[in-house]
Amino acid sequence: MRVTLHVDGAELAAEIDRPGESLLSTLRDRLGLTGSKNACEQGECGSCTVLLDGAPVCACLVATAQCEGREVKTVVGAVPRPVRDAFVQCGAVQCGFCTPGLLVSVADLLERDPDPGDAAIREALAGNLCRCTGYEKIIDAVHTAAATLAGERP
Amino acid sequence: MPEPAKTPTPPPWAAGGVGRAPDGEAAERVPVAAPGGQPPTRGVPTGRVPGGGVGDSPIRPEAESKVNGAFDYASDLAFEGMLWGHTLRSPHPRALIRSIDTAAALALPGVAAVLTAADVPGKLHYGLIEADQPVLAPGEVNYQGEPVAVVAAETLDLARRAAELVDVAYEVLEPRCDAGEAVEAGEYFRYQPVRLGEPVTADAAVVIAREYEVGMQDQAPLGPESGVAVPTGDGGLVLHVATQWLHSDLEQIAPCLGLAPERIHLAMAGIGGAFGAREDLSVQVHMAMLALRTGRPVKMMYDRAESFLGHVHRHPARMRYEHGADQDGRLVYVKAHIVLDGGAYASTTEAVVGNAASLAVGPYKVGHVSIDAWGARTNNPPCGAMRGFGGVQTCFAYESQMDAIADALGLDPLEVRRRNALAQGDKLVNGQVVDAYDPTRAVDGQPFSPLRDLLDRFADIPVPPIPAGRDIVELPGGTGNTTHGEGVRRGVGYGVGLKNICYSEGFDDYSTARVRLELDGATGEPVAYIHTAAAEVGQGHWNLQTQIARTELGVERVVLLPNDTKAGSAGSSSASRQSYMTGGAVKAACEAVRDLWQGRDLDDGPIEATRVFRHRATKPMDPVTGQGDSHVQLALCVHRATVDVDVELGLVKVVDLTCVQDVGKALNPVALEGQIHGGSAQGLGLAVMEEIVTDGGRVRNASFTDYLIPTILDTPPMRLRIVENADPEAPYGLRGAGEPPTLSSTPAIVAAIRDATGLPLTRVPVRPEHLTVRRPS
Repeated sequence: MRVTLHVDGAELAAEIDRPGESLLSTLRDRLGLTGSKNACEQGECGSCTVLLDGAPVCACLVATAQCEGREVKTVVGAVPRPVRDAFVQCGAVQCGFCTPGLLVSVADLLERDPDPGDAAIREALAGNLCRCTGYEKIIDAVHTAAATLAGERP
Repeated sequence: MPEPAKTPTPPPWAAGGVGRAPDGEAAERVPVAAPGGQPPTRGVPTGRVPGGGVGDSPIRPEAESKVNGAFDYASDLAFEGMLWGHTLRSPHPRALIRSIDTAAALALPGVAAVLTAADVPGKLHYGLIEADQPVLAPGEVNYQGEPVAVVAAETLDLARRAAELVDVAYEVLEPRCDAGEAVEAGEYFRYQPVRLGEPVTADAAVVIAREYEVGMQDQAPLGPESGVAVPTGDGGLVLHVATQWLHSDLEQIAPCLGLAPERIHLAMAGIGGAFGAREDLSVQVHMAMLALRTGRPVKMMYDRAESFLGHVHRHPARMRYEHGADQDGRLVYVKAHIVLDGGAYASTTEAVVGNAASLAVGPYKVGHVSIDAWGARTNNPPCGAMRGFGGVQTCFAYESQMDAIADALGLDPLEVRRRNALAQGDKLVNGQVVDAYDPTRAVDGQPFSPLRDLLDRFADIPVPPIPAGRDIVELPGGTGNTTHGEGVRRGVGYGVGLKNICYSEGFDDYSTARVRLELDGATGEPVAYIHTAAAEVGQGHWNLQTQIARTELGVERVVLLPNDTKAGSAGSSSASRQSYMTGGAVKAACEAVRDLWQGRDLDDGPIEATRVFRHRATKPMDPVTGQGDSHVQLALCVHRATVDVDVELGLVKVVDLTCVQDVGKALNPVALEGQIHGGSAQGLGLAVMEEIVTDGGRVRNASFTDYLIPTILDTPPMRLRIVENADPEAPYGLRGAGEPPTLSSTPAIVAAIRDATGLPLTRVPVRPEHLTVRRPS
């Protein structure tokens, strides 16, 4: 079956031969878009978080067959520059494997709540596992990104 | 006449000691926590100045590619015409293999190869220390998950289905799963005693004898084991691997493939975390065999369940400790009986036992010691390297013992540690003199005690108060709405960790760096090129190499060449050693280039130097007494944990982790803080949630659904106080920093839970059911 997706602004078609193929597998293995990471493939770690029609989902838990004509934003297309910069500047990136998923979750959080407190950040990112940082620098980065984005708003 | 092009000249301070810690004085930084122990200020990048040299926190060279999705991890690699490999693993912890029939798997369209032990081209076994791990099981399996056959097919899905069609006839045997019984039966990889003086129970005013248990922890790096083997067409191979030590991989891979090492080129692929899990081989030989057989590139990539079976874990431990102390709480003697479960194959158990034995008492002075440590051979999952490496298990025990002594004598937990703290010139239990601090430094006429120094810093960091009007989501149970605070008790506890840095016990530990300085053809500015084989596992080592080059050569631009086996060995990104060792090698190579630059003009051509860096020699432990200067460098970390415990439901919330760590010299404050945060969080995981549960040798929880690692909701704010007591022997005075916090946070958290509950708690991880038993009234 042929599925057409809008991924990070581009219209892409994928030929699916398994009905259960995940969106993550289609992105990574068929379309070569490896920005979304595969750490658990059962929705526990959040490394593959993408925005599907604007809503954050684990791409490993979404069947590609459900995505016909829908908009997918990965780390490439979902994340405002200041969020990336904040992660880099604050040392929120170590091995970086969780980073693409975290960035998408943070972009989603800041879209909903432009100035989240620590508790709101923790709640929003509870589905994104990081094994390197102990999360402290990630919280710093979210605050930094929020401040930068606030400064950019008219 | 036109002005001559400006030729860069060597920096004027070329002969000096740039970036060294201030002489004599211990510097202290408080990078995140404000003085007075206020909560960390958020959103303020710390310690960053534009110079980008040693002591600064420049942005990582790979950071941009890690935030835009472009960084290629091993699992992201793809090659034209690539096949996928998959491993068939034993479902039994112990069995004989009577036959293997691969015909049905091979008959599946799209399957290119199915290989078993009979197809291994060279040696049948490999291993980090002892070559006892079969490439593919030759006639018997000794743990659940042991590789039996490998398949290559057009897709991963197909390879998995083909593996299911391989028919293996097992004769199932009774597995040996009890490490204590294994030791009694003589089944162990190493026994290491330590003897000092004569421990006599009657000599002590207070005797504390307890048994402790540490569960099996997993490194759980997020990046799965993965790699691609690409045949070169002439019988050789290029292996793209994510490993902690390229050259050790090569030494193990080549004999198994029956190839000369020169025929195999290892290129480092992006590493999604390691923590010890990438010391042993995983996909390497298997994918290489499949590529050699098929003549096509072969990629292998474990899923999470396979990852849990496909790498070693932290040794679970059972320990019996007896501490005797005098009326003032000073240690009179320590006896310890330590059994670590090494599982089915050797991996690094031998070295882990050495650490467990030599660090068994911690950083405390005691004249009479009797320690016996074993690494048992069982049919449980193989155990090997994980951050902390033999120091973690005993640290939980000896710190629990120190608290018990304090309790028995009514002493403050900090005071009992202060009274026993080792000082410069004192001996560890292996007889090694503590000599890695400024020898001229003294406090009140007494030799400097690095531990007392750290303990004293807690005096002005207050325990966080219980906030008035707390939201219930801040209580244990969080958004589960499990309590309004009725059964919630607060507790505070301390933990001290002592970790050896670099490889111990006489190992020839070295690293190699090549540095070339040349002019950029377009701009005329000098560019330093650095080539090493050192693994960037996330710790920030690539960044540190650029910082060292900027500091030593005074150049702005530094280019890191890809890590591969064309460079000399860098040793492993393990044992908190890479800043010391490859940092030391890069520094030495830069210094050599700088010296050459004094007499030459860069216009005349590039200047290049290669240097091999070694730390001071160490000695093996005496097999009978355990005596011998076995360690290179010692590093200390102290944690104070504050917890809230719902004593009715057994739920724990770690409210605060405050860490005081001696790092010798902070080379990159932001990366350093990240190491301490991450190490502390892994210690938290062991304290309250992380354990691979086995039943009869079978792993019961090989998923992130069932093996819990701390989420952002489980991890508290972490206040850091970073102390710089330089090591005069180490590059820039540094002390390895990645592991010590992993040791100390676990006992600190458990001590805090004991404080809240009054329960003895002698096992980690502490589970809810350990807290909901009837409490002493």
